[in-house]
Amino acid sequence: MPGWNRHSGHAVALPIHNIDTDQLIPSRFMSTRRKEGYGGFLLHDLRKDESGDDHPHFPLNRHRHASLLVAGRNFGSGSSREAAVYALVDAGIRAVFAPSFGDIFAGNAVNNGLLPARVSEDDYTLLVRILGESTEPADVALESGKLSVGEIEVSFSLDPSWRTKLINGWDDIDQTLQHVADIERHKTSWNQNAPWARPAAEAQRS
Amino acid sequence: MTAPSTLLDQLWSAHEIVRRDDGSSLLWVDRHLVHEGSHHAFAKIEARGLAVAEPDRTFAVVDHYAPTRNRARISDPKIKYMVDTLRKNARKHGLRLFDLDDPGQGIVHVVGPEQGLTLPGLLINCGDSHTSTHGAFGALAFGIGATEVAHVLATQTIWQKKPAAMRLHIDGTLGPGVGAKDIALNWIAKLSADGAQGHAIEYSGSAVRALSMEGRMTLCNLSIEGGARFGLIAPDETTFSYLGGRSYAPRGAAWNAALEDWSKLRTDDAAHFDREIRLNARDIAPTVTWGTSPEQAIPVTSTIPDPTVLTNGKAEAVRDALDYMSLDAGRPIEGTPVDQVFVGSCTNGRIEDLRTAAAVLSGRKAKVPGLVSPGSALVKAQAEQEGLDRIFVEAGLEWAGAGCSMCVGMNGDLVAPGKRCASSTNRNFRGRQGPGARTHLMSPAMVAAAAVTGTITDVRPLLKGRVG
Ligand code: SF4
Repeated sequence: MPGWNRHSGHAVALPIHNIDTDQLIPSRFMSTRRKEGYGGFLLHDLRKDESGDDHPHFPLNRHRHASLLVAGRNFGSGSSREAAVYALVDAGIRAVFAPSFGDIFAGNAVNNGLLPARVSEDDYTLLVRILGESTEPADVALESGKLSVGEIEVSFSLDPSWRTKLINGWDDIDQTLQHVADIERHKTSWNQNAPWARPAAEAQRS
Repeated sequence: MTAPSTLLDQLWSAHEIVRRDDGSSLLWVDRHLVHEGSHHAFAKIEARGLAVAEPDRTFAVVDHYAPTRNRARISDPKIKYMVDTLRKNARKHGLRLFDLDDPGQGIVHVVGPEQGLTLPGLLINCGDSHTSTHGAFGALAFGIGATEVAHVLATQTIWQKKPAAMRLHIDGTLGPGVGAKDIALNWIAKLSADGAQGHAIEYSGSAVRALSMEGRMTLCNLSIEGGARFGLIAPDETTFSYLGGRSYAPRGAAWNAALEDWSKLRTDDAAHFDREIRLNARDIAPTVTWGTSPEQAIPVTSTIPDPTVLTNGKAEAVRDALDYMSLDAGRPIEGTPVDQVFVGSCTNGRIEDLRTAAAVLSGRKAKVPGLVSPGSALVKAQAEQEGLDRIFVEAGLEWAGAGCSMCVGMNGDLVAPGKRCASSTNRNFRGRQGPGARTHLMSPAMVAAAAVTGTITDVRPLLKGRVG
């Protein structure tokens, strides 16, 4: 996953609270292999009517080129399905700005290069007002934690470890493999101190 | 003397391998539970040519796509593909698989405890948000995404920032017909669906101590619906007697050593919590959701919120939810007709849940159709031994096999568009039980009451003179 620091694109507002991961991708699409692409599933049941046609008024249908999403609080709550992030990323979304995020979703986002940026309730309201139903050119700077839309600039917060990870495009497995000796040491002492922690059937076998 | 510590502190330090300057800890994982949905993670380690680091600590369960009927022959190719992929990965990596015909098969969060895989003092991960369930045993248990699942598969460790500590203290006695589900919906309604974000909740107080393991699991299971990834309850005699003799639980000398260590797992009296919330069990009524978020919950005796009188910025969300749910503002929630009922899921598909539903349904007929799917094959066998299946069938409900079933509908057990379902599950999100489905969350006893009257109903009068 390549790292990134700045992004210029177009922002669009989806002023709804509690957009859960079941909305981001309904479960019936989740058996799809990643290489087949998840973009078409993004917010499927909100975007499309029963016959599969796009609702003409839905913000993301009107502004398909948007790469920055402003959304209500508790974005990505619910299921741990990383497919919700795949749907956003495959649809070209690079960052989501919301007053709060589901914890697991936010972690999944960072693992896929998608920025979950927390903005204050006031800035959320301001962004929604500025964007309305249209779209505006916008810039994100990860290092300084700023989003600018036209004339205005708002700050967003992000866990420092996530910032570093996004900028460097770090992969956790690579990071962890540097600690192999520590892991082995911990495992040995834990096996000794908590002999009950190994599954009993395994203990019997060995 | 060491500083007073919380149960969270104790579990965290026991599992912490290293801590980075940015505050992230690398934690050792004792149990990793995987299911059909883990296919992305297996594909990821495959792409890097990595093996499963600790196959003996990794357990695979067929649950999300498990057919609840005619399971020997899966006709839907998508479902067959998902189950076969898990089988293939389990075989390839040498994992113990609880397959469809295994007597121990069931929903991952029911199977773990039931098999004694879930124990106090462990760290348990699963690619599923309701992994918080296992915290009921005093384990550090949390749901993770596919990239993290791949990481645990490859390294048996997980990077995690320590959450803030929150205590939810519940004293008092629950009234008849009121259970752990009602406690959970109650606090989530008070604090909102993101109220506990970034926190691990430790549940304490006499009302929590009085709960069975089943009730404690329900409570911890729903932690995630209030935004917390972790739920914790200090282990005690109830925990130990539940675990004794379970398949994978320690035996002999290891069991005695375990009891000694586990008894020490408790929050010190002077320990600090970042947040403390107190509730009294006496004030909690049977609770139901009316909207499309678990925070949209009210006592069954209450009226549906009216967006025109709301001033807290939630009016728009209330209007949207009422529209989706096709409900009238200001009307009593009780008496709302339902089209069907569902009893099951990792929240309320355990033996005690089936018993409370059966206590209401015994000798009565359901006015609407419904499905009962036990949380595991062991729960199913136990229920059949107790004759609960006959009570459900004689009431007119369908008795099916174990799995996630209608909680998420991946196996084809769906609520049809526009239909209203009284459900013992955990998410009333739009379309969760099927596109256009309308879900009302409630306890299994309340679901049974809804079956009997065909409407949302206070279960308490129906329990008079019965053991519920
Ligand atoms: S029963 Fe429902 S909530 Fe529980 S693991 Fe299965 S799908 Fe998830």
